[in-house]
Amino acid sequence: MAKELVAFRNLETHFKTSAGTVKAVNDVSFSIREGETLCVVGESGCGKSVTAMSLMQLIESPPGKIVGGEIFFEGKDLLKLSKKDMSRLRGKEIAMIFQEPMSSLNPVFTIGKQITEPLLYHLNMTQKEAKARAIELITMVGIPRPEKIFHSYPHELSGGMRQRIMIAIALSCDPKLLIADEPTTALDVTIQAQILDLMRDIKTKRNTAIMMITHDLGVVAEMADFVVVMYAGKVIEEASVLELFREPRHPYTQGLLKAKPVINQRKERLYSIPGQVPNPVDLGENCHFHDRCEFCMEICKTKAPPLRAHIDGHKTACWLYEEEGKAQ
Amino acid sequence: MSESAVPLEKSYVGGTGEPLIQVEDLKKYFPITGGVFQRRVGDVKAVDGVSFTINKGESFGLVGESGCGKSTIGRTLLRLNDKTDGKVYFEGKDMHKMSKSDLRKIRTKMQIVFQDPFSSLNPRIKVGEAIGEALLDHGLVSRKDVKERVIETMKICGLADYHYDRFPHEFSGGQRQRIGIARALIMNPEFIVADEPVSALDVSIQAQIINLLSDLQSEKQLTYLFISHDLSVVEHLCNRVGVMYLGTMMEMAPTDELFSNPLHPYTKALMSAIPVPDPTLKRERIVLQGDIPSPANPPSGCKFHTRCPMASDICKQQIPEYRNVGNEHFVACHFA
Repeated sequence: MAKELVAFRNLETHFKTSAGTVKAVNDVSFSIREGETLCVVGESGCGKSVTAMSLMQLIESPPGKIVGGEIFFEGKDLLKLSKKDMSRLRGKEIAMIFQEPMSSLNPVFTIGKQITEPLLYHLNMTQKEAKARAIELITMVGIPRPEKIFHSYPHELSGGMRQRIMIAIALSCDPKLLIADEPTTALDVTIQAQILDLMRDIKTKRNTAIMMITHDLGVVAEMADFVVVMYAGKVIEEASVLELFREPRHPYTQGLLKAKPVINQRKERLYSIPGQVPNPVDLGENCHFHDRCEFCMEICKTKAPPLRAHIDGHKTACWLYEEEGKAQ
Repeated sequence: MSESAVPLEKSYVGGTGEPLIQVEDLKKYFPITGGVFQRRVGDVKAVDGVSFTINKGESFGLVGESGCGKSTIGRTLLRLNDKTDGKVYFEGKDMHKMSKSDLRKIRTKMQIVFQDPFSSLNPRIKVGEAIGEALLDHGLVSRKDVKERVIETMKICGLADYHYDRFPHEFSGGQRQRIGIARALIMNPEFIVADEPVSALDVSIQAQIINLLSDLQSEKQLTYLFISHDLSVVEHLCNRVGVMYLGTMMEMAPTDELFSNPLHPYTKALMSAIPVPDPTLKRERIVLQGDIPSPANPPSGCKFHTRCPMASDICKQQIPEYRNVGNEHFVACHFA
């Protein structure tokens, strides 16, 4: 098995709001291995983006704060690094692309300026070297006429092209980890297929580890090697992609898989998970899914289930698979 | 609703067989102005000659990528936009020739549900009042009885009566979409345009709203125009589907026919582009190259030829005829 690249250990990121504390990331632990694509799935507000932002240390403070836990990157605890060391790492070793390619590029600078910026900052290239490298990168992400694009402004490009440019910027310093936060959600399906193809290509050619955040189980099935499912700030299940789709164990994961309409598999009626995601403010120490769960037991309402491996490498946080739960 | 009743209805093409909406060669161009004097320098051909019929009790799906004109059709059907050319009939009456007062009367029969439940509600108006507003405005109920009607409709849509006095920000996305549906439904419409009603919602909530829409349809014999970019949602909810590209209808067929036997290369590419939640599946995928061309300057001949894997010379020169190939299956392609 490949070496561990990133490890989250009991990460806690909280936000202070006027209504109370929101534990956006609540005791999250998982790891990403070198060259692996790990998908974090969950619905809005489950903490998947905050987990990634904590890794990058881009949590706005206040209101947010990493209050506990450790994040290891190649054995170093990132939370103990100085600001300067962290900014050397950010963009060079760990790069990130976002959901909105419209708002993540600066509209007043040319594409060329934005691609060369990390090259000049991190790799100390000369302007000339940086330009040559930028043209190479633009070609690599599949955009024709790189010379012309180099001098264009973001508004002159389509959404798909902008996302390609974001990928080019992210890859400019050959990072070991690429974080992609819903990279295709704002794009049309045919463009999504192109971008996913490009990301797969990057992974095989450069052996870059990818942490991909998505809510689309179809994208997970296509891209992931390993999957982490989050709900209300906690990891509730993790497994390899084949294992997870073959035998989802947590009732929430099972529900998600059943609720998605799948092409050419028309059902008479879609399964739907009743209710809605709980209010994230001041959640108690119980299973946060209990009020939507059809298998809810007494213990689920009072005690949070531990995340434990019951089958090799397949971890689930659910009382159904615990001795204490079975006793009921 | 009994479970077995559904597929029977859905495979029954054409609802009652009686047309409710007829669209003939509809065109909608938006002018592009330029220069010092803001002269008209061109047109964005958002909808460029589209014809179809929606029968009573049917749900018709329109799919396509952003900018293909599907939302413009929805708006033009309800005359929220003026048309450029062509005709739209609602129950045999020409929507775009009606006087303002006739239009106002007929509008109660047609409603729209928007994609974004966040921006389609006024943040300063209580939800109950927002839902009842149109009823009062059209003078259909007295001020005294309106609350009762609103609460009744809210319950049908899965909201509780204590939600009446709350403001939109107190609701989640799924609940706001229920409010949007309640607001449309309270008018007792015959026809609802649903413009991407579930695109902004999470998967578990999306399923709830889809089920609500399909329950309402069978209870109230509603007719839907369902606009979406998501083929799997459309397959689930619609009897008949039209696929659009750059303002033109490329293919139209009953749902089962379209999904089992897609004929247009664009439809095939769209279907193969959808990620399927099954990691063991290895599929031949048709990945379209390039972006959608600008609707201000669409390609000659078949508009899809710049991205089509099958394109040949004839596609560049001749516009393919939109024809019936049997089984109510229409397609515009030289090779289909």
